[in-house]
Amino acid sequence: MTTLLYLAAALVACFLLGWVMRFAGQSLTGNKPFFRDMPMAVAFGYVLGAAVLLFTLWYYFQPTVDENGVPVAGVMFFRWAVQFFVISALAAWLFRLLGRSVGTDGSRKLFRSMPLTASFGILIILIYAFVAIFAGAIAPYGQAEVFQQVNALPGGDAATGGNPDHLLGTDQIGRDLLSRLIYGAQNTVGIAFATTLIAFLLGGSLGFLAATLQGWLDQVLSRGVDVLMAIPSLIFALLLMTIASAWAGSEKWLLTVYMVLIIALIDSTRVYRLARAVGLNIVVMDYIEAAKLRGEGLPYLIFKEILPNAYAPLLAEFGLRFCFVFLTIASLSFLGVGIQPPLADWGTMVRDLAQFINFAAFSPLTAALPLLAAGAIALLTVAVNFVVDWMLHKSSGLKE
Amino acid sequence: MPGVLKIILQRLALGVLTLFIVSIVIFTAVNMLPGDFAELILGQGATPEAVASIRRDLGLDQPALTRYFEWLGDMLTGNLGTSFAQLNFQTNMGGGEMKTVVSQIAPRFANTMFLAGVTAAIAVPFALMLGILSALYRNSVFDRFTNIFTLSSISSPEFFLAYILILFLAVLNPILPSLSNIYEGMGFGERLQKTLLPALTLTLVVTAHMMRMTRAAIINLLASPYIEMARLKGMSPMRVIVKHALPNALAPIINVIALNLAYLITGVVVVEVVFVYPGIGQLFVDAVKIRDIPVVQACCLIFAGAYILLNLTADILSVLSNPRLRHPK
Repeated sequence: MTTLLYLAAALVACFLLGWVMRFAGQSLTGNKPFFRDMPMAVAFGYVLGAAVLLFTLWYYFQPTVDENGVPVAGVMFFRWAVQFFVISALAAWLFRLLGRSVGTDGSRKLFRSMPLTASFGILIILIYAFVAIFAGAIAPYGQAEVFQQVNALPGGDAATGGNPDHLLGTDQIGRDLLSRLIYGAQNTVGIAFATTLIAFLLGGSLGFLAATLQGWLDQVLSRGVDVLMAIPSLIFALLLMTIASAWAGSEKWLLTVYMVLIIALIDSTRVYRLARAVGLNIVVMDYIEAAKLRGEGLPYLIFKEILPNAYAPLLAEFGLRFCFVFLTIASLSFLGVGIQPPLADWGTMVRDLAQFINFAAFSPLTAALPLLAAGAIALLTVAVNFVVDWMLHKSSGLKE
Repeated sequence: MPGVLKIILQRLALGVLTLFIVSIVIFTAVNMLPGDFAELILGQGATPEAVASIRRDLGLDQPALTRYFEWLGDMLTGNLGTSFAQLNFQTNMGGGEMKTVVSQIAPRFANTMFLAGVTAAIAVPFALMLGILSALYRNSVFDRFTNIFTLSSISSPEFFLAYILILFLAVLNPILPSLSNIYEGMGFGERLQKTLLPALTLTLVVTAHMMRMTRAAIINLLASPYIEMARLKGMSPMRVIVKHALPNALAPIINVIALNLAYLITGVVVVEVVFVYPGIGQLFVDAVKIRDIPVVQACCLIFAGAYILLNLTADILSVLSNPRLRHPK
């Protein structure tokens, strides 16, 4: 309650300071238009921004250990967050600089008009792809390798219950967490990517087929998709997973395969919608008419005429769809019905490690473990979204 | 006015038809289970006699079509059957009053509705305000910052946001409880306090989308001649947006609010599990894990029904708010 009161008082103070700042600006600069036309809200915004910046600086340099030697978790988390933000902004800036000077003319031109968020997104996607492909070489141990010491704390310091061999510690049955985090990139991202590909093959080809042939096929498919889309996707996935788990029985890997197929089916309905809509706009074009008159067959029409022209919206949709699929798989795993052990995956890791968050006051590093796994999921989707946002913005030519 | 009524009735009929077909989909999906319910209930080591008796009790010896219509009739009259977990307990332990699925779902449904209501009460005004502000100060530092912030919160998984909120608001600064153990007969204030953390998580997820749509809808209109006119009259930018742009942007905004409330239904599952909130989503996930078919079916139907209803509302509201759709040629 007192926190809220302090917050309200600070906001009121910012408002008053905003008025003072505007007044001072007006009288000192002889009523320059910048200060003369400044609305109260903008003045408030400037002061608030400055206050937040000052607070960040002040809080960042607070001691991380109090007089009794107990770590101050709030400051530590804050420092990590600020460091992460600054480092990623710097990395994105350097990456953009690199992209502007290296590569072909086209790619250099692309990088020149790129906002920082998009270059950050591309950088993160590249890093994830690298980690996912070479997980076996990067990870210090295997994903299912079990060690003697269980529940070793992260940090690698033997004095605080860690183990120098396991930088991030071990889990409740003694598997190395760093290795599992790295293998998680391979499993979670790889499975999500494969699922999205299947969804696109299925939804895209059916959508184009419906758009080209129309008639009863279009009607049947579209109405079927309408019905499937009337059920919320996560709920439908959970229902089908219930049945799949009965089908799979004790064969855990089979359940993962079923999950891929189920999510691909559910998400293909969304792809179908888009592919059909885009396809319908294309089939009325004159060049399609010409191709038909030339006597071209259906495969030629779809692959040589429609697909190249539907490339841009489908690519953006692929990014978004990948995010949705990735989040659905992570959610299912988090709920305990997704990717099955012994495969390492981030959703399951979050669920298994979630209890450690309660130790934040004593060991901030331990509490950060579940957030690390969840953050790995969030970071990739955020990165993909940044890139897609930029692509859509660029292709729509929106200025405002 | 009769034209409007006709449109609403048409949409309603379409909604009922969709729900009917969805019920067929759910029923068929469940019927694809290998083996049958009786073996599932009794588990391993079931004697053939016991299986046969349960099959008779549940009417599983009837053909699928008969069973479907019986199930549908039961659903419509509010008889959702008995959960397998209960049935199992009953056959193995005996005695006690049988709890039906309805009596399991009803209080949890009310809890979930409470959570969704609190979320909507926070999220909708917040999103509208942010949307208007970032349309007003578009391309400023504030707008870019909200853009990055909302894009990040849309793309984060719900449990990530939930654990971050738990870390800062429950563990490091014990302001709110991290577990929402809600029971019957709880006072409104206490209940609200325990619901606040899950509601805040959902707010973060939903606000971002609503705010972006509000911003886009308003900015779309800003190029129109009548906005130009208002600006040239010397109106303040805030007044132009609130008085002139907002009423015309209302249709897409209402639409997106309804769609996001529908999205809440899906998001609620994960969030309820994180906070151990006794809502229908948690019941659903538990039922999925132990393959409790009657509960899964009933929850699925309720979720789908709510989803269809909200989409329908969005549809009808967007027709009502647009004169061109209200009087089709």
